[in-house]
Amino acid sequence: MKIVIINYGAGNIQSIKFAIERLGFEAVLSNDWTEIKAADRVIFPGVGEASFAMKMLIDSGLDVLIPTLKQPVLGICLGMQLMCNKSEEGNTIGLGIFDVDVIKFTPKVKVPQMGWNQIYNLKSDLFKGINENEYMYLVHSFYAPNCPEAIATTDYEVEYASALQKDNFYGTQFHPEKSGDVGEQILANFLKLKD
Amino acid sequence: MLTKRIIPCLDIKNGRTVKGVNFVDLRDAGDPVELAKIYSDEGADELVFLDISATEERRKTLVDLVRKVASTINIPFTVGGGISSVKDVEVLLQNGADKVSINSSAVKNPQLINDLAQKFGSQCVVVAIDAKQIDGDWIVHLVGGKVPTELNLFDWAKEVEERGAGEILFTSMDNDGTKNGFANEALARLSELVNIPIIASGGAGNIQHFVDTFLDGKADAALAASVFHFKEIEIKTLKTALKNNNIEVRI
Repeated sequence: MKIVIINYGAGNIQSIKFAIERLGFEAVLSNDWTEIKAADRVIFPGVGEASFAMKMLIDSGLDVLIPTLKQPVLGICLGMQLMCNKSEEGNTIGLGIFDVDVIKFTPKVKVPQMGWNQIYNLKSDLFKGINENEYMYLVHSFYAPNCPEAIATTDYEVEYASALQKDNFYGTQFHPEKSGDVGEQILANFLKLKD
Repeated sequence: MLTKRIIPCLDIKNGRTVKGVNFVDLRDAGDPVELAKIYSDEGADELVFLDISATEERRKTLVDLVRKVASTINIPFTVGGGISSVKDVEVLLQNGADKVSINSSAVKNPQLINDLAQKFGSQCVVVAIDAKQIDGDWIVHLVGGKVPTELNLFDWAKEVEERGAGEILFTSMDNDGTKNGFANEALARLSELVNIPIIASGGAGNIQHFVDTFLDGKADAALAASVFHFKEIEIKTLKTALKNNNIEVRI
């Protein structure tokens, strides 16, 4: 299986690569169109600031490529947020794959949310064999509100979408690569999804 | 609910764990990776590696260690000690560290906090603050509490938040090593003052101290070293006790 982690200069991509290796697979880091298009699985990571990351994506032309991909694609954290319509962070226009707008937590809670929180209302084969209310590791100040494309929900100030799916596109707000054995199982599920 | 976090801290010198550890099942007590794996398996929520070596070789050894930890461990970890530039941080993050902790370099050059937050995001910038009370005022200290600064703990905490820190690791030098409990009054005040997570450090001696720092100190996470290294407190037992006190933890 050919797994590509999109390398556009944002994100802690090494951790994802190591997690894939622990599952017994290899992943290549790439920003090359041909290589990404030919992959069986594409992972779209991201940490940092949305408008800055989006700019890097546009500079490499990947904003055009990603929405056209046909194989399973997994956006993680900021990667997931950039797959939405837009983000309040830096007034960023996203890739428009998920039909939801990313907004900021209010100061009623500590921002960023940092640590382990539960995921529930699990839908989709991404969570096959995963129990409701398992803990995942999250670090974020912005979130996607609950919406029809939500396949997992988390409660922090409000109940929000901690994972999204539309067709072959998946996104998790949490970091499966940093969420212990259960997180690794979710990554394994992603690799096992039917094309 | 977002859970409270338990964070063992490992002191590292030249790639090896420094403080004597009391794990009989450990093949190599000095191997930080093996120790990290044990903590991770026992339910630690995060790990902190504090590099206290001072040689020129340090950076390379630390990078090798970060890579080994990141390839073995599936929970987040922070690296601190001697980090003073954007370049230092870039290398550590590229090799798999999730966060970096800066201390004296932030006091000497506060702009570093802004630069790191802008380049890598606030989520990976932990500012460690060591402070102790002098005539009733909490004064920020450097070099492991030896050198006082002009800074007041609360003013400095507010400033690091405004500059973009994602988290504050507060060590009370008055409590550190005493095993008499965390500095809960100061912690609670910090937690009310800023809107970023606070990690309590210094003073852990028994399970009740952790309960108190979450309930009275309003801490978001608690860090300790020797009570874990010497197996005085086991993480599983600690978390069960916290849960029995209605404190949300990941079990």
